[in-house]
Amino acid sequence: MQKESHLKKSLLKTIRAFINILPIIVGMLLATSLVVTLFPEEISTGLFGNGVIPDAMLGATIGSIAAGHPLASYLLGGELLSGGVSLIAVTALLVTWVTVGIVQLPAEALMLGTRFAVYRNFISFGIAIIIAFLTVYTLQFLGAA
Amino acid sequence: MPKQQKRSGVGGWLFLALVLIGYGLSFLLNPELTTDALTFFRRVIQQVLPVLGIVFLFLFIANFLLTPTKVKHYLGKESGLKGWVASIVTGIFSMGPIYAWYAVLAELQKEGMRAALIATFLYSRAVKLPLLPLMIYYFGLTYTSVLCLYLVVFSVIQGLLIDRLMPHKT
Repeated sequence: MQKESHLKKSLLKTIRAFINILPIIVGMLLATSLVVTLFPEEISTGLFGNGVIPDAMLGATIGSIAAGHPLASYLLGGELLSGGVSLIAVTALLVTWVTVGIVQLPAEALMLGTRFAVYRNFISFGIAIIIAFLTVYTLQFLGAA
Repeated sequence: MPKQQKRSGVGGWLFLALVLIGYGLSFLLNPELTTDALTFFRRVIQQVLPVLGIVFLFLFIANFLLTPTKVKHYLGKESGLKGWVASIVTGIFSMGPIYAWYAVLAELQKEGMRAALIATFLYSRAVKLPLLPLMIYYFGLTYTSVLCLYLVVFSVIQGLLIDRLMPHKT
């Protein structure tokens, strides 16, 4: 009897929470769709070639703004690499693509708190650049780059 | 309904309203591009719908099984090493879009999950298990292994940084 009541209570709580997140998810998807359509891949390819650090910053910035399936970042990263863009910049892009979310920031702030969301995204951006350099230097050390 | 939940509900609808206003403005400036964006949205929502079912299930499991005592034990202040390991492992295995997980994490946060472990969970999600074969295909096995290793290590570093920056709830 007590278990049944707990089950019912949990279900109601879940439905309430789900109704609360629905407008955020739909809004997020709408915002993402608009951003992806506004900034097609061709724009980003011609922007690199200004030195390792500016390129890494640019890669990280594009990855932070871009929203979409991570697979799209592999495709874009692959294209940029074959277009002569450095592996550091491409790695920064790949990492921020999945760790920083400028478009998702309002949703993250609403759900987890503004302070947390801002700190987390800011730190993730910095870490992505560090990881990009470390990954490429490690590959060079291993003789694989 | 708790006050906080009521507020976040209103915030969600406001956010959606703002996005729709953005679409309205965009349509006035460039109707063709806005139509393209809506077509893109229709395609994405079709892909996301099944994931929403999984989110609902996870939310229900979290609500049914997790009590504040349990959450505090595994992911709270006193969780120690097992809390970090649990955050990394669940982060790596979590599927679907990141924003879908915010709801689950917000529930866990209310139950006492540490901000540091939420940050670690979110960062370790960068290791995309189902996509690893594709990443290896595009960038090679060595690159993928090195990058994933750094992602896991830095998920903990990010958690530690967040721990220092966020005020601790008593």
